[in-house]
Formats: sequence, C-alpha cells, structure tokens
Amino acid sequence: MTTATSTTATTVKAKRVPAEAGRSRRSPTRRRSTPLTIAMLAVLAYFLLPLFWLLVASTKSTQDLFNTFGLWFSHAPQLLSNIKATFTQDDGVFGRWLLNTVLYAGASALGAALLAAAAGYGFAKYRFRGHGAAFNLVLGAIMIPTTALAIPTYLLFAKAGLVNTPWAVILPSLISPFGLYLMRIYAEDAVPDSLVEAARMDGAGELRIFCTIALRLLAPGLVTVILFTLVATWNNYFLPLIMLNDPNLYPITVGLSSWADQAQNGGAGASSDMFALVVTGSLISIIPLVLAFLLLQRYWQSGLATGGVKQ
Amino acid sequence: MATTTVNTPVKSPPRRRHGSAGVLFIAPFMVLFLLLFLAPLGYAAYLSLFQERLIGGSTFVGLDNYVTALKDPELLKGIGRVALFFVIQVPVMLLLALCFALALDSGLLRLARVIRLGIFVPYAVPSVIATLMWGYLYGPDFGPFAQISHDLQLPAPHFLSDSWMLGSLANIVTWEFVGYNMIILYAALRTVPGELYEAAAMDGAGAWRIAWSIKLPALRPALTLTLLFSVIGSFQLFNEPKLLMKVAPAVIDSSYTANLYAYSVAFISQQTNYAATVSFILGLVIVIVSYAFLLTANRRRTA
Repeated sequence: MTTATSTTATTVKAKRVPAEAGRSRRSPTRRRSTPLTIAMLAVLAYFLLPLFWLLVASTKSTQDLFNTFGLWFSHAPQLLSNIKATFTQDDGVFGRWLLNTVLYAGASALGAALLAAAAGYGFAKYRFRGHGAAFNLVLGAIMIPTTALAIPTYLLFAKAGLVNTPWAVILPSLISPFGLYLMRIYAEDAVPDSLVEAARMDGAGELRIFCTIALRLLAPGLVTVILFTLVATWNNYFLPLIMLNDPNLYPITVGLSSWADQAQNGGAGASSDMFALVVTGSLISIIPLVLAFLLLQRYWQSGLATGGVKQ
Repeated sequence: MATTTVNTPVKSPPRRRHGSAGVLFIAPFMVLFLLLFLAPLGYAAYLSLFQERLIGGSTFVGLDNYVTALKDPELLKGIGRVALFFVIQVPVMLLLALCFALALDSGLLRLARVIRLGIFVPYAVPSVIATLMWGYLYGPDFGPFAQISHDLQLPAPHFLSDSWMLGSLANIVTWEFVGYNMIILYAALRTVPGELYEAAAMDGAGAWRIAWSIKLPALRPALTLTLLFSVIGSFQLFNEPKLLMKVAPAVIDSSYTANLYAYSVAFISQQTNYAATVSFILGLVIVIVSYAFLLTANRRRTA
C-alpha cells in the first residue's frame, strides 16, 4: 500500500479487493503496475509542463524570457520585482482586475447556487401545475450555448443601460441550468420526505423548512455548484469582453489579454516589458482557483459523480 | 384530523397540497431564466427578421437574413472548421479521458491521487491564460520547443502555421478539458458496485473483459454527458483562436470560427441584425447536433 493512495480510494476500493485478489494468485496485497505508473507520470508531465513554464517564466525579466532556455530558471531570478511591477503598472489596475474578478465570480457563484438550490428543491420536493414542462424547458436550455446568447443579451442590455456595469457580467451568470439539474437530483436524495413532513407537523413553514433544514442538507451540492459557477465566471472571457469597455471594470481575463495585446504590438519598445507582466499576472491569477480546487476536492468530485451517473 | 395528516405521506397528495410553496421556490430562478435566457433568444429571433436600411430605417425582411447567412461563405467556412475541430479533437480528448479514468480506477497506479489532481488542474486555469501560455510555448523564436530543436539542429516545429493551427488549438483545448472529463468518468466508475466485479471474476473474466463488459456500459450516461458538453464547447470555440489571432494574424482571420465571425459582425462591422441571425443559426446548429447525439445515445440504450 503506498501512502499516496487517497483514504477515500482505499475505503471504497476495499470492497473490491477480494475479487481482484481472487483473480491474481490470491495475493493478499494489491498489485501495483510500474509500467502503467510510469506511463501516467509521463502524461502528468505533459499536463504540468505549461504550469511549470509559467512558474519559471514569472521569475524572469522580459529580456531573459527571450534569451534564456524557457524551461529553466535564469541566473537572476526576479519574481518579487515582477510581482511588484505587475501590481504597480497603470496605477495598480491589476489589483482592480483581481478585485473585480473576485466580485463578479463570487456574486455570480453565490447567487447562482442559491437560485439553483431553491429551484432544485422546489422541483424535487413539490408537485404543481406545469412542473414537468417548466423543468424540461430549463433542461433543454443546457444545450443553448452561452456565447450564442451573449450577443443578443448584449443588445438587450444596451437598451436597458446595463452595458459597461458590473451587472452586465453578473446577471447572465446567475442562471445555471446544469446547476439546477444537479441540485434537483441532489435534493431528491439528500432531503428525506419524512423529515420535511415531520417539520411540517411541528408547524414549521415551507420557507423555514428550506432555510433551516434543507439548505444544510444540500450544502455539499451547493458547494459543487458554487465551485463550478465560480470557475465558469472566473474564466469567462467572451461576456466581459463584449459587455465592458472601461478598463477599471475589467476582470482579470480581459485585462490580461489587453496587456498581452500591448506586449505583442509594442515590439522591442518600452512596452515590451509587458511580457513579463503578462506572465507574472497569469501566475498570480490562477493561484486562487487552483487552491480552491485542491482544498475542496471532495465536494466537486461528489458533485460530478451526481451529474454523470444519473440521467 | 391527526390521522389524515399521518396517512397522507403514504399516498402522495401532500406534495400537491403544498404545491404553491414549490412554485415560490422555483419562481426566482424561472423569472431570471425567462429574462436572461428566453428573452435574448426571442430578441435575437425578432432582430433576425429585420434589416437596417438607409432609407426607411428598420425594415421587416422575413427570412432574408437567413438566406444571406446560409449562402455566406465566411459563416459556412467557420461552421465547417469548428465541425472539423469537433470531429478530430473531441474523440481524442474523450478517449484520453477514458483511458486515464480506467487507469486510475484499475487500482494499479502508484501516486494515483497526485496523478488525478495533476491532470485535473488545467481545468482551473482560465482558457485565456492557457492560450497565452501555450502561445508562448509554441513561439517560433523563443518557445522552448523551438529552442530545443534549434540546439539539436532540427527544423523548429511550426505550431502557429496555417496547416498546424487547428491541431495547436486542439492541443490547448484538450489540455484544458481532459482532466474535467476524466473526473466525470472516474466518478461514474467508482459507483459501480464491487459485487459486480466479484461476480465477473468468479465467471473467469479478465481485466480487459471486465473493462469492456462492465465498466464501459456503466460509463454510458457519463460519456453521453461529456460528449454533450464537448459539442457545446467545440462549436462555440472563441477564446483560444481570439487570443492566438494576435500571435498569428496571418493564419487566424476574423471568421476563423463561427463564433469569431459572429463577434466581428456584431462589434467590428456592427451589423446588429445580421449578428443576431448568425448567433441564432449557431445556437440552432449546436442544439440540433446535441439532440442528434442524445437521440442516438438513447436509442442505443433502449435497443
């Protein structure tokens, strides 16, 4: 048993051990395959290569970026001064972009998760007229591509005067048909009818039952939807690109791509320092999401299981 | 009184009795859904029936815009290219995701947890940043691949040339999403009850036989889901070509993908009505392809 195997993996797999042991010369311990492990480590290297490059590159000056070997550190690492330059360029606009991203992604994720949880609970635990039709309508919308919606949404928002405001980015992200679908499936299992019925008999109102009992039981599903909406909004580029034209409102994706444009257009002039800033800014902006995913593993994994298994 | 309330849960009417509360729970979602999903769709459909004219302003033209769009070589080229991208990239990506998921589930790996998370991590990287990174890596002057082949006195690979570009884009998208699909498939594999494997092993089935006869059928719903998301993702390909456009302007033009074309029609040439038409057609293509996949998947399952 290698210690690296996750505890969940071992507990779940424990059930299967007898079967595989019976198959393989009745050895009591599990077999490990070295060739397979080596092959998968090679695969892992491919996936980590660009991230390693980013880490190395963000310690370099623009000059070293071009003149030294890309996949190893140069003699004069300057990560800290790169970080400082990133945050001070254009009056500290990078910090604003980070804050904007946190605001847009946070508000969208929380809002979307709560809306999906309430509606998912409503669809799972109540029957009312139009129940099936309403649910199927939303389910069908999973297939509507968000970018095909974005241009018409922009045209509508332009009429409503919402363009170039934070709402233009947050509002369209509040509706997650797939989130609703996940929450409905999750609520069907996680909130027992008997518990809801018992609370009713104790005289609790429907809203109170939802807020005090159901929401707590739905928490793991809620975290899943929050995480995935968070990623979707954090990574969103098309929507803010068309909705916003004030650089102070940009999220990190649009901001960094505007810097990348400048770096590309600047050639060898003063703005060619931008390359180092784009690289360092990229590194800084992926750290929060990568951390969130590593720390909240069990939530998104169970959430994906729910979505992928039941249909 | 007490007896009726106690008895009702068994029979099912209780839900209907509280049905009005259910409507209140779904109301906020449904209202926003109508405003932010159906209204833009309806508005796009409406706009697509008009044309802005110098004389007379906005004029109703029926399906003229659609006729124009369906004959528009730029749009057709864009749709054709994303279709080609879909046909090549998606099978490769899903096959890789499937192999990785089976490898992780086989229990034969050391460091399985590290490998699983490492493959998944790119999903947390915004596609803008993924494209910037790969754009630098692909670079013909200072990219590490070019540097290595220069040191080895080999010709540098032309990742950003016309003939390589679609493959280079496919590589970026694959890098971003293999892990995500792998996790979905892996999670589905983990729910297969252990007794099934025991029974199969008793009947003398080997590892490959178990993978083929038990694991793959168990994966079908999850595979359908990943395929569905991939249809939607590939047909609206935008971020990656939009960013690589700056690095390779001669290769990627403003109609390289259907979505890039919609963007340039809307925001560069500012033809609102035609942009709405193009968006609507693109959405329609995606919905049709998605349903086609769902229907074939369902038919296979029932057959």
